[in-house]
Amino acid sequence: MSDQGPQKLYQALKEKAVSLTGEKKEKTRVMIGTATCGVAAGALKIKDYFENEIKSKGLEAEVVEVGCIGHCYAEPMAVIDKPGFPPICYGYLDDGLVHRLVEDFLAGDDPSYEYALAALERNDVFPTFEDFPRGVYEHKLILKNCGYIDFRDINSYLAEDGYAGLARALTGKPGELLEEIKAANLRGRGGAGFPAGLKWEASLKSGVEEKYVICNADEGDPGAFMDRSILESDPHLVIEGMILCAYAIGAGKGYLYIRAEYPRAVGHVREAIDQAREKGLLGESILGTDFSFDLEIFQGSGAFVCGEATALVNSMEGNMGLPLSRPPRLAAKGFRGKPTVLNNVKTFAYVPLIVKNGVDWFKEIGTPDNPGTAVFSLVGKINNTGLVEVPMGTTLRQLIYDVGDGLPKDKPFKAVQIGGPSGGCLPESELDVPIDFDSLHEAGAIMGSGGLVVMDENDCMVSVARYFLEFTQHESCGKCTFCRLGTKHMLDILTGITEGRGDSNTLDLLEELAEDVRDGSLCNLGKTAPNPILTTLKYFRDEYKAHIEEGRCPALVCRDLILYYIEPPRCSKLCNVCVGSCPTEAIFTREDGLKEIDQEKCVKCDNCLKACPAEYDAVVKLSPPVLPPEKEKKAK
Amino acid sequence: MQYVEGEKEEILSCVEEVLSNSAKDRENLIPILQKVQARLGYLPTLAMEKIASGLNVPAADIFGLATFYNQFRLNPPGKHEVKVCMGTACYMVGGDIALESFERRMGIKEGETSEDRLYGLERVACVGCCTMAPVVVINEEVEGKVTPTRVDGIMLEFEDMEKKEAADKQQGEEGGSQ
Repeated sequence: MSDQGPQKLYQALKEKAVSLTGEKKEKTRVMIGTATCGVAAGALKIKDYFENEIKSKGLEAEVVEVGCIGHCYAEPMAVIDKPGFPPICYGYLDDGLVHRLVEDFLAGDDPSYEYALAALERNDVFPTFEDFPRGVYEHKLILKNCGYIDFRDINSYLAEDGYAGLARALTGKPGELLEEIKAANLRGRGGAGFPAGLKWEASLKSGVEEKYVICNADEGDPGAFMDRSILESDPHLVIEGMILCAYAIGAGKGYLYIRAEYPRAVGHVREAIDQAREKGLLGESILGTDFSFDLEIFQGSGAFVCGEATALVNSMEGNMGLPLSRPPRLAAKGFRGKPTVLNNVKTFAYVPLIVKNGVDWFKEIGTPDNPGTAVFSLVGKINNTGLVEVPMGTTLRQLIYDVGDGLPKDKPFKAVQIGGPSGGCLPESELDVPIDFDSLHEAGAIMGSGGLVVMDENDCMVSVARYFLEFTQHESCGKCTFCRLGTKHMLDILTGITEGRGDSNTLDLLEELAEDVRDGSLCNLGKTAPNPILTTLKYFRDEYKAHIEEGRCPALVCRDLILYYIEPPRCSKLCNVCVGSCPTEAIFTREDGLKEIDQEKCVKCDNCLKACPAEYDAVVKLSPPVLPPEKEKKAK
Repeated sequence: MQYVEGEKEEILSCVEEVLSNSAKDRENLIPILQKVQARLGYLPTLAMEKIASGLNVPAADIFGLATFYNQFRLNPPGKHEVKVCMGTACYMVGGDIALESFERRMGIKEGETSEDRLYGLERVACVGCCTMAPVVVINEEVEGKVTPTRVDGIMLEFEDMEKKEAADKQQGEEGGSQ
């Protein structure tokens, strides 16, 4: 029988990959995280430093680029894997530190533990990431390989049991695969949590021969970057997931819809597709079977609404990305009018793992209704920024305080914004909400893309709501009246409030309008656009009132409601820093030698406040914007 | 914006080349626009008209696409192109202040290019480097933690570059004439 065919072919591929990567592991390797965030922090320069230092010392060591390890706060980072030592991760690299590491560790045998962040394998000398509080909660499934494997080399993925799931599935029937995914209750990670297995089954029920698989990598949420990171760091995982889906539903062609703003992700995926084709894992008769499937990349042109499935398909057909009313669902009538399965990057990434490790393994992680993990990008006022993966059911408090190590300078927590422009702001009282699709929805936020922004007392909730409305208003495609005009009016009202305009009816009007937009829009962009307003109104109504009734912004953010003021008793007559920092020459020296701000000229750029030396700290923001009477002067 | 000398010819030859290398169906329209913009830096009206007739699509459709998607731009990029990130994390730590500082220093608004095409200023939704907020992208290089004072520094660097280039050019001309 040909049953054993795929397994045999796969074993041959894997053995070769293992021996190739094994050879590499016998040499010293320096692995540098060069995903977009690493590059922004200067990882490519660090790579040059390492290469030059190694060359000038005549050492034998290989410098390889890997993806993102998720500890973005410590970028640029590198892992040094030297035989005889555990692989050790170093962060906050610069030229001096590189010099020292090469001299002491690569040339000598001193791993300079004082600069190490953690080891990557259990050992007797140095703690691993799992030994830190973050490691207790973190459970990496789809991020496991990110930052550990060479994304340029398919062998690196094969050696880690990559494509084993595909080989296993190909020995069975497509129907068995579908049943497994259904049994695993894998819920779509795009945000809404629709079970992937049901979607796949629906496309089969259509009875149409020609079908398509599309991966939605149009990650447009400001503040979320996990899809980018997975595609850049472990592209084969997503590709394998798509092949598996194609096998289950009998599709012959698939597309990865990737944002054009992610050039590195596009490049890495393109390389990965070519390599998979070469190895016979993609294209005609995959692993010697009669199943054929091929992949192509479509570069999205940057429209937030194209994250919506029907809009995405419209844009692939060369049109504006306008959503359509459903039904028919894409699974019945999608790309080119054919049944189409469209899932998020993360959803596809789970599939190979479920097939490889089994349904029970997957269901043991997370909660019964929400098995598996959730990936979040932690940003904002939090110590350990970066990408984290935790089991579903972890609470927000654990995520922020244990995984993220709390807020900088131990400032009090004010709110957390989850799910980007479609999500909401949750206050301290909601921090014990477990993270899963249903609980977050109840609290008024959504899982969404997994962007998680932490805010402290210096962040104004009205301003945050206004920011998101500005975004959705700009990205509204204009099809539905409520969304097109409603978001504009809500934005105008919010802008008015941040400028101190409004009366006792304003908030009720805003609330009513928000509910109408939610009910009167076709797609989720419009339906969820009011979420930032509704949640901030619910949890932070006092702050809105302070703006309207007192003309005061409690967080000192809204610029029409604050002024900059130099406190005379604190100002040093000998210092001129603020005068030099002012771009509009609004600061002048008075007759008595103290500095003063000409309020007419001041553009409130924040320069002088940052420039004023910490020992004086004389520049303050006042709200409402009323200058205090100067007592001292008058007393004299 | 006015076409500079020789620009019309360049646009026509670029569009022709891209069209001759692509299948002429509607599904290919966005990839074609992307290719033309990658070569020219923007989508001039002339290019859109030529693509419309080449693909037999109404020009209004092309203009619709070009204005619908954020990736496409209708004015030429500046020699020094600055993109200010307005993602959530950047906005919260003063991305708007950085943007305003650039507007003040360049004398243009976001989305515009200065008349001499020296400076271009854009706002982008999120470049995915939220941990380094506020972020600006200067001539394709990402720079994090940009304060208003740093904006002044960036502008000074541009001015220095221009001065140096002008001096080099002058020197070259003097050398040539001798």
